[in-house]
Amino acid sequence: MAHSLRGKVACVGLATAGCGEAPGWNAMELMAEATRKALADAQIPLSEVDGLFAATAFHSMAAVSLAEHLGIQPSYSDGSNIGGSSFIAHVLTAAMALEMGLCNVAVIAYGSNQRSAGGFRSISEPMPFEAIYEPRNPITAYALAASRYMHEFGATREHLAEVAVAARAWARLNPEAFRRDPITVADVLSARMISDPFGKLDCCLVTDGAAAIVLTRPDRAKDGPKTPVYLLGAAMEHHHRMISAMPDLTLTAAARSGPRAFEMAGYAPKDMHTVQLYDAFTINTILFLEDLGFCKKGEGKDFAGGGRIAPGGSLPVNTNGGGLSCVHPGMYGLFVTIEAIRQIRAAAGGDEGPREAGGWIPDVKLSLAHGNGGVLSTQVTSIWGAAETL
Amino acid sequence: MSEDASRELGPEARFRAYLAEGKFMIQRSRSTGAYVFYPRAAAPRTGESDLEWVEASGDGVVYATTCTRRPAEKGGDYNVALIDLAEGPRMMSRVEGLPPAKVKIGMRVRARIVALQGQPAVIFEPA
Repeated sequence: MAHSLRGKVACVGLATAGCGEAPGWNAMELMAEATRKALADAQIPLSEVDGLFAATAFHSMAAVSLAEHLGIQPSYSDGSNIGGSSFIAHVLTAAMALEMGLCNVAVIAYGSNQRSAGGFRSISEPMPFEAIYEPRNPITAYALAASRYMHEFGATREHLAEVAVAARAWARLNPEAFRRDPITVADVLSARMISDPFGKLDCCLVTDGAAAIVLTRPDRAKDGPKTPVYLLGAAMEHHHRMISAMPDLTLTAAARSGPRAFEMAGYAPKDMHTVQLYDAFTINTILFLEDLGFCKKGEGKDFAGGGRIAPGGSLPVNTNGGGLSCVHPGMYGLFVTIEAIRQIRAAAGGDEGPREAGGWIPDVKLSLAHGNGGVLSTQVTSIWGAAETL
Repeated sequence: MSEDASRELGPEARFRAYLAEGKFMIQRSRSTGAYVFYPRAAAPRTGESDLEWVEASGDGVVYATTCTRRPAEKGGDYNVALIDLAEGPRMMSRVEGLPPAKVKIGMRVRARIVALQGQPAVIFEPA
């Protein structure tokens, strides 16, 4: 039986703002700018926005602050913060709110000026039974997971490096990406060590950036200027907040959120034309390819290598360059969503801006966007499709 | 939790009070026998309120490890590890007694209480 939320909302507008460096702008202003641009993309006036969803690492009540900044009075809002995956969780909540008629035009937004404001920004509290050992979270937690993965499955730093090289190869096709100089596996291995087994190039960028998407019910979506992209499936799951409480550091809750999202969508991993994964660190891409069902546990290290996920490979992964090479303002989840949707819009003939040959992938009808939050904690999977996939 | 629970220390404060006495204590559910760390108000998963304090054996095995790189002038590199206790639970800690990058997964380690940042804390050394 088809899930009651399948295909019930569509993304009708999207935008990013201030990606890379935006000196002189604060996080709220960037988020408001992304919202304005996304509404312009959808050709929907601000006055019609009655559902507002936002989270940042700067605001304790992001949706409330954003509504004030925009001068609107939403009838439904949600500022839940479950880390970088928050925005895909917001998609799920917004879909419910739209379907139930609690709102008619939903905006999901994020903004950060962390790079210009001095570096990685978090509002996370110290973890009570970990802080005394001085973990440099999130890096330490992901490095621990990588150490365990390498131990269990015989992976090497070269395997991890292949992920960074593939991401950079995509970034080289994308003028919007922050880091575009070519890198090799040797470059990744010789970069300054941060937290073993990670060197600098195993870790995501620290940039500024904001993003917003506009969701409506399908009846309205058909009337907009842009190709509507439908939410076919979404699911979330989590089991820990602290890395020391994660049951198995090589198995994320994406192994549960992924199958449920696919079940809702009525599609399987093999049907996805692009795969956008939250790559805060190189190990993420490998773990999520496995946990979402693109390969078996332990095979991700080889699956991600040999150019398979790079431009020209059989599975396009993180086609904007990812958090590793395109943009990572601290909470990256909305950017994977936007890239998943843009690839579908571009394939439908929309003008998504210039990319080098191969940067926009032909015939994309189905894209997966997977968000990760905390320390491999909250996993939220979403599947988006063009109208003919409904 | 007893009727006059307000007079008792909560689980985290009790744990730290034991540490200050030089004891590494963990919890155990009377009904299931399962050991618990970090200290909880109720047994995870079952929700049973039958947790008692028992002294940890101090034996453990390194489950995951990283060497955090830090400039020498700020104290130099240090280890952060996850340790699987012999009783079952896992905890974050630091393995000392060898260079931080030489700590290996599977290594048998033994707990010791030291002062970190002026507070008593459990660290581990090769067994």
